[in-house]
Amino acid sequence: MSNLFNWNPDRSKYPSMKEDGTLDVDLSSQKFTKLWVGPNHPGVTGNMAVEITVSGDEIVHAKTHVGYLHRGFEKLIERRLFIQGFPTCIRMCVAEPDFNEYLLSKSIEDLSGIEIPEMAEWLRTLVLEMARLQSLLRTVPGQGGTFSLGLGVQWGMYLRDLILDRFEELTGGRIYHMYILPGGVRGLLPDGFKERLEENLQLIDEFIIKIKKLMFDNAVFKKRAIGVGVIKKEWVDQFGIVGPNARSVGISRDIRKDYPYLKYQELDFEPPTAKDGDIFARSTVRYRELIQTVDLIRQIMAKMPEKGDIKSPTPNVLHWKIPKGETYIRSESSRGEYGMYYVTDGSDKPRRINLRGPSYNHAMTLLEHMLVNANISDVHAIMVSLQTCPPEIER
Amino acid sequence: MKNLIERLHIKYSLTDIVNQRDNFVYLTIRKENAIDLVTYLKDYEGFSHFVLLSCVDWIEEGKFQLSYFLNQPNKKFDITIRTMIDRENAEMQSAHHLWKHIETYQRELREMYGINFPGSPRIEENFILEGWDEIPPMRREFDTKKYSEKTFFPREGRITYDPATYMKDKLYPNAPITAKVNKKDE
Repeated sequence: MSNLFNWNPDRSKYPSMKEDGTLDVDLSSQKFTKLWVGPNHPGVTGNMAVEITVSGDEIVHAKTHVGYLHRGFEKLIERRLFIQGFPTCIRMCVAEPDFNEYLLSKSIEDLSGIEIPEMAEWLRTLVLEMARLQSLLRTVPGQGGTFSLGLGVQWGMYLRDLILDRFEELTGGRIYHMYILPGGVRGLLPDGFKERLEENLQLIDEFIIKIKKLMFDNAVFKKRAIGVGVIKKEWVDQFGIVGPNARSVGISRDIRKDYPYLKYQELDFEPPTAKDGDIFARSTVRYRELIQTVDLIRQIMAKMPEKGDIKSPTPNVLHWKIPKGETYIRSESSRGEYGMYYVTDGSDKPRRINLRGPSYNHAMTLLEHMLVNANISDVHAIMVSLQTCPPEIER
Repeated sequence: MKNLIERLHIKYSLTDIVNQRDNFVYLTIRKENAIDLVTYLKDYEGFSHFVLLSCVDWIEEGKFQLSYFLNQPNKKFDITIRTMIDRENAEMQSAHHLWKHIETYQRELREMYGINFPGSPRIEENFILEGWDEIPPMRREFDTKKYSEKTFFPREGRITYDPATYMKDKLYPNAPITAKVNKKDE
């Protein structure tokens, strides 16, 4: 029985390699089977599919397929005015649309030399941390969900909904907000907002302890997560791994610390890290980040001023022309480095916009590499532990 | 880092240097030397994190601009290497041997801009589009509106009804067109 869990077969000779370095997989020999995981599968993260070739229940080859969601966001934004880019841009990531707003606004401000007021910076920081919180509330228990711990997922969705209520109160929208605009933000906090958010945070604090008991003290979770889906330290640069996935192998890289933006310099925090690089380590890093985000929101609410200017004057958005130039803006989303390459040509529309999502490398190159030699039952666990988001790949 | 830029300028005869921010520099270089410079920065200067490979279409000049974003994690410094290639028969030296994820970026550029990277693994495989036989869609001359009108022919609009008339017909099909006036009310 112990062999079953410490299963590490030698696959150096089987399946054999062809001369050109590809695998010699002959489906007609009946030794191999092709399986599609996704796109319609509850365990798959979003609209993507993995085509796997299995021998028994062990994966010998994996290929990620995307394109089920392709709407040509980048092309659409290229053909629209600067301000018209916002409704399209936010839809590039459903889990955390606020980072898209921030990057687009910041790029436009950077290229046209607009400084934003201090109050707007605080509000942006608050909104980005709230976005991180609601994303982590879905992901942290979601990892348990891949091992059939569905209760945590329900808790997470309930708590996330409370944060979405606060978003609705602040911005008018639950998922897509368009709160951050060039020059600042759209509005001040409503009366009593801080108290209501604090109430929610207290409830989240209670549930955080329950989530720990449910997931991290659970024998099934440990058995399935420890030692599975290991990322090696040398892969981090080789595969362009960022964010919690990189921090789970002990490489402390966090854009908020390394390249401080907004008000992160004034906040006291240290990005959590782990050593092992397996699914359990990644879950632990995200769990500790969840606790840290709650703390950061409290810090922001305590430090931010009550009132102030929230928007710098901008040109008429319908006749706004930005001189020729290019910029790269980055921020730390809950999945890692989230950047935007923005090129203007002096006209009233951008020449090129390119989003650098962390999932691009995690779901395409890294996932295909990690799934080889894994068991079929671990596919979803590995996929969710990388926190992949397909719209970032097929922008 | 100023030293590094000066050294690179002498060694690789850069055509343009732009300081975007204190820790962010754009270097423009001729196509032939671009991958050499990327390799040098990776192997000798510690630019171990490859951030992004992107393409900008300057259709007026007949050029594609390729941008290689490199990051030095320890010194927290970024260098973007820009190079111009011809739009006609666009081809660039592949850099897949340097980082594993570059081959995915190259596959995307091949599909979206039609730039060839000879020797890059799986370069001919579909990335997002299946069975695409038009010009690469991210090129500036590709007209999305024209394509969608051609591919998804205009649908006939839905039939609309006036709600009041529709409900009246539905509920009282035999009702006279004009209401009868009761004689007593007159």
